[in-house]
Amino acid sequence: MSAPDAVLDCLGQRCPLPVIALARRLPELPVGAVLRVLADDPAAAVDVPAWCRMRQQEFLGDAPGPGYDVRRTH
Amino acid sequence: MRTGAIAWADVTASPVYLDAATAAPLHPVARQALLAALDDGWADPDRLYSPARRARRLLDAAREATAETLGVRPDELSFTSSGTSAAHTAVLGGLRGRRRAGDVLVHSAIEHSAVLYAAQQHVTGGGRAVEVPVDRLGRLDLDRWSTAVSGAGVASATLIAASHEVGTVQPVEAAAAACTRVGVPLYVDAAQVVGRMPVPPGWSVLTASARKWGGPAGVGLLVVRKGTRWESPWPTDERESGRTPGTLNLPAVVAAAASLRATATDAVAQATRLSSLVDRIRARVSAEVPDVEVVGDPVHRLPHLVTFSCLYVDGEALLHALDRRGFAVSSGSSCTSATLRPSHVLEAMGVLSHGNVRVSLHTGSTEAEVERFLTELPGIVAELREQAGVVGL
Ligand SMILES: Cc1ncc(COP(=O)(O)O)c(C=O)c1O
Repeated sequence: MSAPDAVLDCLGQRCPLPVIALARRLPELPVGAVLRVLADDPAAAVDVPAWCRMRQQEFLGDAPGPGYDVRRTH
Repeated sequence: MRTGAIAWADVTASPVYLDAATAAPLHPVARQALLAALDDGWADPDRLYSPARRARRLLDAAREATAETLGVRPDELSFTSSGTSAAHTAVLGGLRGRRRAGDVLVHSAIEHSAVLYAAQQHVTGGGRAVEVPVDRLGRLDLDRWSTAVSGAGVASATLIAASHEVGTVQPVEAAAAACTRVGVPLYVDAAQVVGRMPVPPGWSVLTASARKWGGPAGVGLLVVRKGTRWESPWPTDERESGRTPGTLNLPAVVAAAASLRATATDAVAQATRLSSLVDRIRARVSAEVPDVEVVGDPVHRLPHLVTFSCLYVDGEALLHALDRRGFAVSSGSSCTSATLRPSHVLEAMGVLSHGNVRVSLHTGSTEAEVERFLTELPGIVAELREQAGVVGL
Protein backbone atom coordinates (compact mmCIF):
# COMPACT_ATOMS: atom_id res chain seq x y z
CA MET A 1 0.00 0.00 0.00
CA SER A 2 1.46 3.38 -1.00
CA ALA A 3 1.67 6.24 1.47
CA PRO A 4 -1.32 8.59 1.53
CA ASP A 5 -0.98 12.28 0.69
CA ALA A 6 -2.60 13.30 3.96
CA VAL A 7 -3.73 11.68 7.19
CA LEU A 8 -6.78 12.60 9.22
CA ASP A 9 -6.74 11.43 12.82
CA CYS A 10 -10.25 10.62 14.04
CA LEU A 11 -9.22 8.01 16.60
CA GLY A 12 -11.51 8.12 19.61
CA GLN A 13 -14.29 9.94 17.72
CA ARG A 14 -17.78 8.49 17.60
CA CYS A 15 -19.94 8.29 14.51
CA PRO A 16 -20.77 10.42 12.57
CA LEU A 17 -17.76 12.62 13.44
CA PRO A 18 -15.12 10.77 11.34
CA VAL A 19 -17.28 11.06 8.22
CA ILE A 20 -17.91 14.75 8.89
CA ALA A 21 -14.17 15.32 9.28
CA LEU A 22 -13.56 13.44 6.02
CA ALA A 23 -16.14 15.57 4.21
CA ARG A 24 -14.40 18.75 5.46
CA ARG A 25 -10.84 17.67 4.73
CA LEU A 26 -11.06 15.97 1.33
CA PRO A 27 -12.00 19.10 -0.69
CA GLU A 28 -8.87 20.83 0.68
CA LEU A 29 -6.70 18.28 -1.13
CA PRO A 30 -6.07 18.36 -4.90
CA VAL A 31 -8.08 16.06 -7.15
CA GLY A 32 -6.32 12.68 -7.29
CA ALA A 33 -4.87 12.94 -3.79
CA VAL A 34 -5.34 10.14 -1.26
CA LEU A 35 -6.56 10.87 2.26
CA ARG A 36 -6.19 8.30 5.03
CA VAL A 37 -8.87 8.52 7.72
CA LEU A 38 -7.80 6.94 11.00
CA ALA A 39 -10.92 5.93 12.93
CA ASP A 40 -11.53 3.24 15.52
CA ASP A 41 -15.28 3.64 15.75
CA PRO A 42 -16.53 0.40 14.16
CA ALA A 43 -19.21 2.36 12.29
CA ALA A 44 -16.51 4.06 10.21
CA ALA A 45 -15.86 0.76 8.41
CA VAL A 46 -19.34 1.03 6.92
CA ASP A 47 -19.81 4.76 6.82
CA VAL A 48 -16.61 5.83 5.05
CA PRO A 49 -17.28 3.60 2.00
CA ALA A 50 -20.97 4.60 2.10
CA TRP A 51 -20.01 8.29 2.10
CA CYS A 52 -17.69 7.71 -0.88
CA ARG A 53 -20.56 6.06 -2.75
CA MET A 54 -22.96 8.91 -1.95
CA ARG A 55 -20.40 11.58 -2.89
CA GLN A 56 -18.89 9.72 -5.87
CA GLN A 57 -15.44 9.70 -4.31
CA GLU A 58 -13.21 6.65 -4.60
CA PHE A 59 -12.91 4.31 -1.64
CA LEU A 60 -9.54 2.56 -1.90
CA GLY A 61 -9.87 0.21 1.04
CA ASP A 62 -8.80 -0.42 4.60
CA ALA A 63 -5.46 0.77 5.89
CA PRO A 64 -3.52 0.19 9.11
CA GLY A 65 -4.65 2.34 12.01
CA PRO A 66 -7.43 1.20 11.72
CA GLY A 67 -7.83 3.50 8.76
CA TYR A 68 -9.51 3.98 5.42
CA ASP A 69 -8.02 5.40 2.23
CA VAL A 70 -10.10 7.70 0.06
CA ARG A 71 -9.09 9.28 -3.27
CA ARG A 72 -10.53 12.63 -4.27
CA THR A 73 -11.95 12.10 -7.77
CA HIS A 74 -13.62 15.46 -8.39
CA MET B 1 -69.63 -4.83 21.22
CA ARG B 2 -66.95 -4.25 23.80
CA THR B 3 -64.15 -4.10 21.21
CA GLY B 4 -65.74 -1.13 19.56
CA ALA B 5 -65.48 0.89 22.74
CA ILE B 6 -61.71 0.63 22.79
CA ALA B 7 -60.65 2.83 19.91
CA TRP B 8 -57.16 2.88 18.40
CA ALA B 9 -57.09 6.56 19.17
CA ASP B 10 -56.95 5.73 22.88
CA VAL B 11 -53.84 3.68 22.38
CA THR B 12 -51.98 5.93 19.98
CA ALA B 13 -53.25 9.45 20.59
CA SER B 14 -49.85 10.94 21.27
CA PRO B 15 -47.06 10.36 20.56
CA VAL B 16 -47.31 9.10 17.01
CA TYR B 17 -46.15 5.55 17.52
CA LEU B 18 -43.96 4.36 14.64
CA ASP B 19 -42.19 1.40 16.20
CA ALA B 20 -44.57 -1.50 15.58
CA ALA B 21 -41.67 -3.73 14.55
CA THR B 22 -40.55 -3.67 18.18
CA ALA B 23 -44.03 -3.98 19.64
CA ALA B 24 -47.38 -3.17 18.06
CA PRO B 25 -49.90 -1.51 20.38
CA LEU B 26 -52.13 -4.09 22.03
CA HIS B 27 -54.89 -5.05 19.59
CA PRO B 28 -58.37 -4.34 21.02
CA VAL B 29 -59.23 -8.02 20.62
CA ALA B 30 -56.10 -8.95 22.60
CA ARG B 31 -57.12 -6.64 25.43
CA GLN B 32 -60.60 -8.10 25.55
CA ALA B 33 -59.37 -11.70 25.46
CA LEU B 34 -56.70 -10.96 28.06
CA LEU B 35 -59.19 -9.52 30.52
CA ALA B 36 -61.57 -12.44 30.03
CA ALA B 37 -58.77 -14.99 30.41
CA LEU B 38 -57.51 -13.37 33.61
CA ASP B 39 -60.84 -14.45 35.10
CA ASP B 40 -61.14 -17.82 33.38
CA GLY B 41 -57.60 -18.92 32.70
CA TRP B 42 -55.61 -18.49 35.90
CA ALA B 43 -55.70 -22.17 36.95
CA ASP B 44 -53.04 -24.65 35.86
CA PRO B 45 -54.26 -26.39 32.69
CA ASP B 46 -52.45 -29.58 33.73
CA ARG B 47 -54.59 -30.16 36.84
CA LEU B 48 -57.80 -32.16 36.90
CA TYR B 49 -60.37 -30.04 38.75
CA SER B 50 -62.88 -27.95 36.89
CA PRO B 51 -61.13 -24.52 36.88
CA ALA B 52 -58.09 -26.36 35.51
CA ARG B 53 -60.18 -28.03 32.84
CA ARG B 54 -61.53 -24.62 31.88
CA ALA B 55 -57.96 -23.37 31.55
CA ARG B 56 -57.09 -26.45 29.48
CA ARG B 57 -59.96 -25.72 27.11
CA LEU B 58 -58.72 -22.15 26.68
CA LEU B 59 -55.20 -23.35 25.95
CA ASP B 60 -56.39 -25.99 23.50
CA ALA B 61 -58.58 -23.46 21.71
CA ALA B 62 -55.71 -20.98 21.53
CA ARG B 63 -53.44 -23.63 20.08
CA GLU B 64 -55.99 -24.77 17.52
CA ALA B 65 -56.79 -21.25 16.36
CA THR B 66 -53.12 -20.33 16.06
CA ALA B 67 -52.21 -23.55 14.28
CA GLU B 68 -55.05 -23.02 11.85
CA THR B 69 -53.88 -19.49 11.04
CA LEU B 70 -50.37 -20.78 10.45
CA GLY B 71 -51.58 -23.80 8.48
CA VAL B 72 -49.88 -26.32 10.78
CA ARG B 73 -51.05 -29.14 13.07
CA PRO B 74 -51.85 -28.15 16.65
CA ASP B 75 -49.37 -30.67 18.04
CA GLU B 76 -46.61 -29.08 15.98
CA LEU B 77 -47.10 -25.76 17.77
CA SER B 78 -45.71 -24.80 21.18
CA PHE B 79 -46.10 -21.49 22.94
CA THR B 80 -42.99 -19.98 24.49
CA SER B 81 -42.27 -17.09 26.82
CA SER B 82 -41.11 -14.71 24.03
CA GLY B 83 -40.02 -14.59 20.41
CA THR B 84 -36.47 -14.57 21.75
CA SER B 85 -36.85 -17.79 23.72
CA ALA B 86 -38.60 -19.37 20.73
CA ALA B 87 -35.61 -18.43 18.56
CA HIS B 88 -33.09 -19.76 21.10
CA THR B 89 -35.04 -23.01 21.37
CA ALA B 90 -35.38 -23.34 17.59
CA VAL B 91 -31.67 -22.84 16.90
CA LEU B 92 -30.28 -24.93 19.73
CA GLY B 93 -32.89 -27.68 19.33
CA GLY B 94 -32.19 -27.95 15.61
CA LEU B 95 -28.49 -28.36 16.28
CA ARG B 96 -29.06 -30.86 19.05
CA GLY B 97 -31.45 -32.98 17.00
CA ARG B 98 -28.92 -33.27 14.19
CA ARG B 99 -25.70 -33.49 16.19
CA ARG B 100 -24.84 -36.81 14.56
CA ALA B 101 -24.99 -35.13 11.13
CA GLY B 102 -22.52 -32.42 12.16
CA ASP B 103 -21.98 -29.27 14.18
CA VAL B 104 -22.28 -26.51 11.58
CA LEU B 105 -25.03 -23.91 11.79
CA VAL B 106 -25.58 -21.95 8.57
CA HIS B 107 -27.24 -18.56 9.04
CA SER B 108 -27.61 -15.29 7.18
CA ALA B 109 -25.65 -12.21 8.21
CA ILE B 110 -28.86 -10.36 9.05
CA GLU B 111 -30.48 -12.63 11.63
CA HIS B 112 -32.07 -11.19 14.76
CA SER B 113 -29.74 -10.93 17.75
CA ALA B 114 -31.70 -13.75 19.45
CA VAL B 115 -30.53 -16.12 16.71
CA LEU B 116 -27.01 -14.71 16.70
CA TYR B 117 -26.67 -15.09 20.48
CA ALA B 118 -27.79 -18.71 20.22
CA ALA B 119 -25.26 -19.23 17.42
CA GLN B 120 -22.60 -17.61 19.58
CA GLN B 121 -23.33 -20.02 22.42
CA HIS B 122 -23.08 -22.91 19.98
CA VAL B 123 -19.67 -21.69 18.82
CA THR B 124 -18.44 -21.04 22.35
CA GLY B 125 -19.36 -24.63 23.13
CA GLY B 126 -17.11 -25.86 20.31
CA GLY B 127 -19.63 -25.83 17.45
CA ARG B 128 -19.21 -24.05 14.15
CA ALA B 129 -21.26 -21.38 12.39
CA VAL B 130 -21.14 -20.22 8.77
CA GLU B 131 -22.51 -16.78 7.99
CA VAL B 132 -23.98 -16.13 4.54
CA PRO B 133 -23.81 -12.55 3.22
CA VAL B 134 -26.55 -10.34 1.79
CA ASP B 135 -26.44 -7.78 -1.01
CA ARG B 136 -26.82 -4.02 -0.67
CA LEU B 137 -30.61 -4.36 -0.53
CA GLY B 138 -30.34 -6.83 2.33
CA ARG B 139 -31.24 -9.87 0.24
CA LEU B 140 -29.63 -13.25 0.91
CA ASP B 141 -26.90 -14.37 -1.51
CA LEU B 142 -28.59 -17.57 -2.67
CA ASP B 143 -25.51 -19.02 -4.40
CA ARG B 144 -23.43 -18.65 -1.26
CA TRP B 145 -26.32 -20.04 0.78
CA SER B 146 -26.62 -23.14 -1.42
CA THR B 147 -22.89 -23.74 -1.19
CA ALA B 148 -22.90 -23.25 2.57
CA VAL B 149 -25.78 -25.65 3.29
CA SER B 150 -24.18 -28.28 1.02
CA GLY B 151 -20.94 -28.15 3.00
CA ALA B 152 -19.63 -30.94 5.19
CA GLY B 153 -21.09 -31.35 8.67
CA VAL B 154 -24.05 -28.99 8.34
CA ALA B 155 -26.58 -29.72 11.09
CA SER B 156 -29.13 -26.99 10.39
CA ALA B 157 -29.75 -23.67 8.69
CA THR B 158 -31.45 -20.50 9.87
CA LEU B 159 -32.99 -17.70 7.85
CA ILE B 160 -35.02 -14.69 8.91
CA ALA B 161 -38.21 -14.49 6.79
CA ALA B 162 -37.93 -10.72 6.42
CA SER B 163 -35.47 -8.32 7.97
CA HIS B 164 -36.71 -6.66 11.14
CA GLU B 165 -34.32 -3.78 10.52
CA VAL B 166 -34.72 -2.96 6.84
CA GLY B 167 -37.81 -4.90 5.80
CA THR B 168 -36.28 -6.88 2.93
CA VAL B 169 -38.19 -10.12 2.39
CA GLN B 170 -35.86 -13.08 2.03
CA PRO B 171 -36.05 -15.76 -0.69
CA VAL B 172 -37.27 -18.33 1.82
CA GLU B 173 -38.71 -20.76 -0.71
CA ALA B 174 -35.53 -20.95 -2.77
CA ALA B 175 -33.38 -21.14 0.37
CA ALA B 176 -35.59 -23.95 1.66
CA ALA B 177 -35.30 -25.81 -1.65
CA ALA B 178 -31.51 -25.64 -1.38
CA CYS B 179 -31.77 -27.11 2.13
CA THR B 180 -34.18 -29.85 1.04
CA ARG B 181 -31.80 -30.95 -1.72
CA VAL B 182 -29.14 -31.76 0.86
CA GLY B 183 -31.44 -32.87 3.68
CA VAL B 184 -30.71 -29.94 6.00
CA PRO B 185 -33.67 -28.73 8.09
CA LEU B 186 -34.40 -25.01 7.80
CA TYR B 187 -35.51 -22.83 10.71
CA VAL B 188 -37.31 -19.62 9.68
CA ASP B 189 -37.62 -16.68 12.09
CA ALA B 190 -40.95 -15.25 10.93
CA ALA B 191 -41.42 -12.71 13.73
CA GLN B 192 -42.03 -9.78 11.35
CA VAL B 193 -44.12 -11.77 8.90
CA VAL B 194 -46.67 -13.78 10.88
CA GLY B 195 -49.95 -11.86 11.02
CA ARG B 196 -48.96 -9.65 8.09
CA MET B 197 -48.22 -11.86 5.10
CA PRO B 198 -48.14 -15.60 4.32
CA VAL B 199 -45.03 -17.53 5.29
CA PRO B 200 -43.53 -19.29 2.25
CA PRO B 201 -43.44 -23.11 2.47
CA GLY B 202 -40.43 -25.40 2.83
CA TRP B 203 -39.30 -24.78 6.41
CA SER B 204 -39.02 -27.38 9.16
CA VAL B 205 -39.03 -25.07 12.19
CA LEU B 206 -40.67 -21.66 12.53
CA THR B 207 -40.91 -19.04 15.27
CA ALA B 208 -42.88 -15.83 15.80
CA SER B 209 -43.57 -13.23 18.49
CA ALA B 210 -47.03 -12.09 19.59
CA ARG B 211 -46.10 -8.50 20.39
CA LYS B 212 -45.28 -7.92 16.73
CA TRP B 213 -48.91 -8.51 15.65
CA GLY B 214 -50.68 -6.76 18.52
CA GLY B 215 -50.62 -9.54 21.08
CA PRO B 216 -49.04 -9.05 24.50
CA ALA B 217 -45.28 -9.14 25.07
CA GLY B 218 -43.96 -12.39 26.47
CA VAL B 219 -45.59 -14.84 24.08
CA GLY B 220 -43.69 -16.59 21.31
CA LEU B 221 -44.60 -19.35 18.87
CA LEU B 222 -42.42 -22.35 18.08
CA VAL B 223 -43.51 -24.74 15.33
CA VAL B 224 -41.61 -27.96 14.68
CA ARG B 225 -42.95 -29.88 11.68
CA LYS B 226 -43.65 -33.58 12.09
CA GLY B 227 -40.67 -35.69 11.13
CA THR B 228 -38.09 -32.95 11.80
CA ARG B 229 -34.96 -34.07 13.62
CA TRP B 230 -35.24 -31.71 16.52
CA GLU B 231 -34.55 -32.17 20.20
CA SER B 232 -35.30 -29.69 22.96
CA PRO B 233 -32.13 -28.07 24.31
CA TRP B 234 -33.74 -27.54 27.73
CA PRO B 235 -34.44 -29.87 30.62
CA THR B 236 -37.75 -31.28 29.45
CA ASP B 237 -41.10 -31.57 31.20
CA GLU B 238 -44.45 -32.67 29.85
CA ARG B 239 -45.64 -29.19 28.85
CA GLU B 240 -45.96 -27.92 25.29
CA SER B 241 -44.91 -31.26 23.73
CA GLY B 242 -41.72 -31.11 25.77
CA ARG B 243 -40.50 -28.03 23.93
CA THR B 244 -41.22 -25.26 26.47
CA PRO B 245 -40.53 -26.14 30.07
CA GLY B 246 -42.42 -24.34 32.81
CA THR B 247 -45.85 -22.81 33.20
CA LEU B 248 -47.21 -20.63 30.42
CA ASN B 249 -48.78 -17.24 30.96
CA LEU B 250 -52.13 -18.55 29.79
CA PRO B 251 -54.09 -15.26 29.67
CA ALA B 252 -51.34 -13.77 27.50
CA VAL B 253 -51.35 -16.86 25.26
CA VAL B 254 -55.13 -16.61 24.85
CA ALA B 255 -54.82 -12.92 24.00
CA ALA B 256 -52.05 -13.67 21.52
CA ALA B 257 -54.15 -16.30 19.76
CA ALA B 258 -57.27 -14.12 19.61
CA SER B 259 -55.38 -11.15 18.22
CA LEU B 260 -53.51 -13.27 15.67
CA ARG B 261 -56.79 -14.51 14.30
CA ALA B 262 -58.20 -10.98 14.15
CA THR B 263 -55.01 -9.61 12.59
CA ALA B 264 -54.77 -12.39 10.01
CA THR B 265 -58.37 -11.85 8.90
CA ASP B 266 -57.53 -8.25 8.13
CA ALA B 267 -53.96 -8.84 6.96
CA VAL B 268 -54.37 -8.39 3.20
CA ALA B 269 -56.25 -5.11 3.52
CA GLN B 270 -53.80 -3.80 6.12
CA ALA B 271 -50.78 -4.84 4.07
CA THR B 272 -52.14 -2.96 1.06
CA ARG B 273 -52.90 0.14 3.11
CA LEU B 274 -49.64 0.21 5.07
CA SER B 275 -47.54 -0.68 2.04
CA SER B 276 -48.77 2.35 0.15
CA LEU B 277 -48.00 4.53 3.18
CA VAL B 278 -44.50 3.04 3.23
CA ASP B 279 -44.15 3.79 -0.50
CA ARG B 280 -45.08 7.36 0.29
CA ILE B 281 -42.52 7.56 3.09
CA ARG B 282 -39.81 6.09 0.86
CA ALA B 283 -40.53 8.55 -1.94
CA ARG B 284 -40.98 11.67 0.17
CA VAL B 285 -38.01 11.06 2.45
CA SER B 286 -35.76 10.56 -0.59
CA ALA B 287 -37.11 13.69 -2.27
CA GLU B 288 -37.41 16.05 0.68
CA VAL B 289 -34.53 15.20 3.01
CA PRO B 290 -31.16 15.96 1.41
CA ASP B 291 -28.36 13.37 1.69
CA VAL B 292 -30.49 10.52 2.89
CA GLU B 293 -30.17 6.86 2.04
CA VAL B 294 -33.45 4.91 2.08
CA VAL B 295 -32.31 1.33 2.53
CA GLY B 296 -33.74 -2.13 1.96
CA ASP B 297 -35.52 -3.63 -1.04
CA PRO B 298 -38.13 -1.15 -2.31
CA VAL B 299 -40.35 -3.92 -3.75
CA HIS B 300 -39.73 -7.23 -1.99
CA ARG B 301 -40.27 -5.87 1.48
CA LEU B 302 -42.47 -5.98 4.55
CA PRO B 303 -45.64 -3.93 4.13
CA HIS B 304 -45.16 -1.89 7.29
CA LEU B 305 -41.51 -1.04 7.67
CA VAL B 306 -39.02 1.41 6.17
CA THR B 307 -35.50 2.39 7.19
CA PHE B 308 -33.37 5.34 6.16
CA SER B 309 -30.10 6.95 7.19
CA CYS B 310 -29.35 10.68 7.28
CA LEU B 311 -25.79 11.64 6.43
CA TYR B 312 -23.83 13.52 9.15
CA VAL B 313 -26.62 13.16 11.70
CA ASP B 314 -26.19 11.46 15.06
CA GLY B 315 -28.84 8.72 15.27
CA GLU B 316 -29.43 9.25 18.96
CA ALA B 317 -29.86 12.99 18.56
CA LEU B 318 -32.34 12.36 15.75
CA LEU B 319 -34.27 9.87 17.85
CA HIS B 320 -34.56 12.34 20.72
CA ALA B 321 -35.49 15.23 18.43
CA LEU B 322 -38.26 13.13 16.91
CA ASP B 323 -39.40 12.06 20.36
CA ARG B 324 -39.64 15.70 21.47
CA ARG B 325 -41.91 16.34 18.49
CA GLY B 326 -44.05 13.34 19.42
CA PHE B 327 -42.71 10.60 17.14
CA ALA B 328 -41.61 7.23 18.50
CA VAL B 329 -39.16 5.48 16.16
CA SER B 330 -36.20 3.17 16.61
CA SER B 331 -32.68 3.34 15.23
CA GLY B 332 -29.99 0.90 14.16
CA SER B 333 -27.21 3.44 14.62
CA SER B 334 -24.36 2.45 16.88
CA CYS B 335 -24.62 5.81 18.60
CA THR B 336 -27.86 4.56 20.14
CA SER B 337 -26.82 1.05 21.13
CA ALA B 338 -25.09 -0.08 24.27
CA THR B 339 -22.65 -2.20 22.31
CA LEU B 340 -21.15 0.76 20.41
CA ARG B 341 -21.35 -1.31 17.25
CA PRO B 342 -23.37 -0.27 14.24
CA SER B 343 -26.29 -2.50 13.41
CA HIS B 344 -24.92 -5.77 12.05
CA VAL B 345 -27.67 -5.65 9.44
CA LEU B 346 -26.68 -2.23 8.04
CA GLU B 347 -23.05 -3.33 8.26
CA ALA B 348 -23.74 -6.54 6.29
CA MET B 349 -25.54 -4.50 3.62
CA GLY B 350 -22.73 -1.95 3.47
CA VAL B 351 -25.07 1.02 3.83
CA LEU B 352 -24.73 4.18 5.89
CA SER B 353 -25.12 3.22 9.55
CA HIS B 354 -25.28 6.56 11.34
CA GLY B 355 -28.33 8.84 11.45
CA ASN B 356 -30.50 5.76 11.07
CA VAL B 357 -34.24 5.69 11.63
CA ARG B 358 -36.62 2.75 11.36
CA VAL B 359 -40.29 3.59 10.91
CA SER B 360 -42.77 0.75 11.33
CA LEU B 361 -46.54 1.07 11.09
CA HIS B 362 -49.39 -0.84 12.69
CA THR B 363 -53.11 -1.30 12.19
CA GLY B 364 -53.84 1.90 14.06
CA SER B 365 -51.38 4.04 12.08
CA THR B 366 -53.20 6.69 10.07
CA GLU B 367 -52.42 8.61 6.91
CA ALA B 368 -52.60 11.81 8.95
CA GLU B 369 -49.88 10.56 11.31
CA VAL B 370 -47.62 9.65 8.41
CA GLU B 371 -48.25 13.04 6.82
CA ARG B 372 -47.36 14.80 10.06
CA PHE B 373 -44.15 12.81 10.26
CA LEU B 374 -43.25 13.57 6.64
CA THR B 375 -44.01 17.26 7.10
CA GLU B 376 -41.87 17.64 10.20
CA LEU B 377 -38.94 15.34 9.39
CA PRO B 378 -37.07 17.56 6.88
CA GLY B 379 -37.04 20.48 9.33
CA ILE B 380 -35.90 18.30 12.22
CA VAL B 381 -33.00 16.88 10.19
CA ALA B 382 -32.07 20.33 8.87
CA GLU B 383 -32.01 21.74 12.39
CA LEU B 384 -29.74 18.96 13.66
CA ARG B 385 -27.39 19.49 10.72
CA GLU B 386 -27.30 23.18 11.39
CA GLN B 387 -26.50 22.62 15.06
CA ALA B 388 -23.69 20.23 14.08
CA GLY B 389 -22.35 22.71 11.51
CA VAL B 390 -22.49 20.23 8.66
CA VAL B 391 -24.75 22.10 6.24
CA GLY B 392 -23.31 22.16 2.72
CA LEU B 393 -20.70 19.48 3.37
C1 LIG C 1 -37.09 -10.99 13.62
C2 LIG C 1 -37.26 -11.07 15.10
N1 LIG C 1 -36.97 -12.21 15.74
C3 LIG C 1 -37.13 -12.33 17.06
C4 LIG C 1 -37.57 -11.29 17.85
C5 LIG C 1 -37.70 -11.47 19.33
O1 LIG C 1 -39.02 -11.48 19.76
P1 LIG C 1 -39.40 -10.99 21.25
O2 LIG C 1 -39.26 -9.52 21.24
O3 LIG C 1 -40.81 -11.47 21.45
O4 LIG C 1 -38.45 -11.65 22.19
C6 LIG C 1 -37.86 -10.07 17.22
C7 LIG C 1 -38.30 -8.87 17.99
O5 LIG C 1 -37.57 -8.31 18.79
C8 LIG C 1 -37.71 -9.95 15.81
O6 LIG C 1 -37.99 -8.81 15.17
